[in-house]
Amino acid sequence: MNRPLPYVPTGVANIASLAAAFDRLGQTLVPATRQSIATADALIVPGVGNFGAACKTLQREGFTAAIRERALAGRATLGICLGMQLFCRSSEEALGSTGIGLVDAPIVRLPAGARCPHMGWNDVCVDAAMPANERRDDGAVRAGTAYFANSFALEAPSRLASGRRPQLSGMDVATFEHAGCDYVAALRSGDVLLCQFHPELSSRYGDATLRGWLQAAGRECLTRAPRNNQDDTC
Amino acid sequence: MLTPRIIACLDIDAGRVVKGTQFQELRDCGDPAELAQRYAEDGADEIVLLDISATMQSRAHALAAVAAVRRVVDVPLCVGGGVRTLADGHALLAAGADKVAVNTAAVESPELLRAMADAFGSQAVVLAVDALPVAARPDAAEDAAASQVRTRAGSQHTGLLCVDWIRTATAGGAVGEVLLTSIDRDGTGEGYDTQLLAAVRAVTTVPLIASGGARTPAHLKSALAAGADAVLVASMLHDRRTTVPQLKAALQQLGVAIRPTVSIPTP
Repeated sequence: MNRPLPYVPTGVANIASLAAAFDRLGQTLVPATRQSIATADALIVPGVGNFGAACKTLQREGFTAAIRERALAGRATLGICLGMQLFCRSSEEALGSTGIGLVDAPIVRLPAGARCPHMGWNDVCVDAAMPANERRDDGAVRAGTAYFANSFALEAPSRLASGRRPQLSGMDVATFEHAGCDYVAALRSGDVLLCQFHPELSSRYGDATLRGWLQAAGRECLTRAPRNNQDDTC
Repeated sequence: MLTPRIIACLDIDAGRVVKGTQFQELRDCGDPAELAQRYAEDGADEIVLLDISATMQSRAHALAAVAAVRRVVDVPLCVGGGVRTLADGHALLAAGADKVAVNTAAVESPELLRAMADAFGSQAVVLAVDALPVAARPDAAEDAAASQVRTRAGSQHTGLLCVDWIRTATAGGAVGEVLLTSIDRDGTGEGYDTQLLAAVRAVTTVPLIASGGARTPAHLKSALAAGADAVLVASMLHDRRTTVPQLKAALQQLGVAIRPTVSIPTP
């Protein structure tokens, strides 16, 4: 039904759970190449683990610039967990490593004494004032509860005097709170969606997030399987 | 903020879900994928699969069970039981686990936790600890500080104090979570060992999962109040004494914030 869906082989991702989640949506994951990074209608940048190791892999394979260019051009790109963090310029996890740099902010450690990793289900907070997607309503990040597993995070930009959360590097910001601080849960600009949380592990909320991104990218999805022969109304 | 996690644990033996009491007398409870899917759809925040097979023959079913469960659950999946080497960890992650739990091997091979964290990320490394309280006299109160670590399915003495072991093992940042099981509470329905939970909470900032002894929602609340970030339930679910939605509804009634399920049955 669908063309294969490329993912960037960062060398530090667990593809099995992503593959299972996308399989349920009718998508087949394949490793990306420099060519497919540039031209594919949709691309996933996954990652778990080490910012430094992932950056090295991206540089070595010549992926860094290709990913930045397609994201700047607004081509559908989904970054997950470390995959989101890689779009930033640097990380305290690996001083000296340089990320893709689309997001002009550093990844930082969680506060000393905080539960670390930040692991479990947390609320994704969306500005009430954030404008809905003008083209379609199905690509927006919505408020909900998602699964996170991160020891490092991207600080959310402080609210303006108006109370509104400003964009970060031209991207709309959704946040989560941990240890009294607001961090970025997701960034979105058009069809580029970067999630700190794991949509593939976030049950219905995650399924809706992936569906929204895929549909905005023009891909058809399998209907969510009904539960126990009854329609699932979520 | 993070909500407390209700984790459904499935002990697997030769590809079937089983449950015992104090690690003894196993009984068959069903198919792993079927149960895991039901619990996940019902709102379980995570699934843990523990392979408790004693024989290599039985162990051969484990990876197939992981893959079958992975296909049907869209919440995090942690797998453990007999994980000895980095290669074991790779195999489980490739089969679909998000996290790998290590118990005996973490004690016997001190460099393993760091090696796994370097290869998979610390978020994927769970330190499983089986604890047995050591009372000075049979009638003395359990002293959480004296709880000792047992390995090899509870059969092996280590001489390690539980609190010391967890403090040391989590200090280096290689461990993403601690899964702490009270052997003498396991399957008894007498409640989690909250004294031990509090003692462990004091020595690490790593997420802590309480395991062993749950029978009532009040038990779950007590464990969370003692410092656990998550509670593991097994017998309560497999024996069908309760369901995940019922548990979560009860916890809500007790004032515990939980991730809501799709449907919470009316009492």
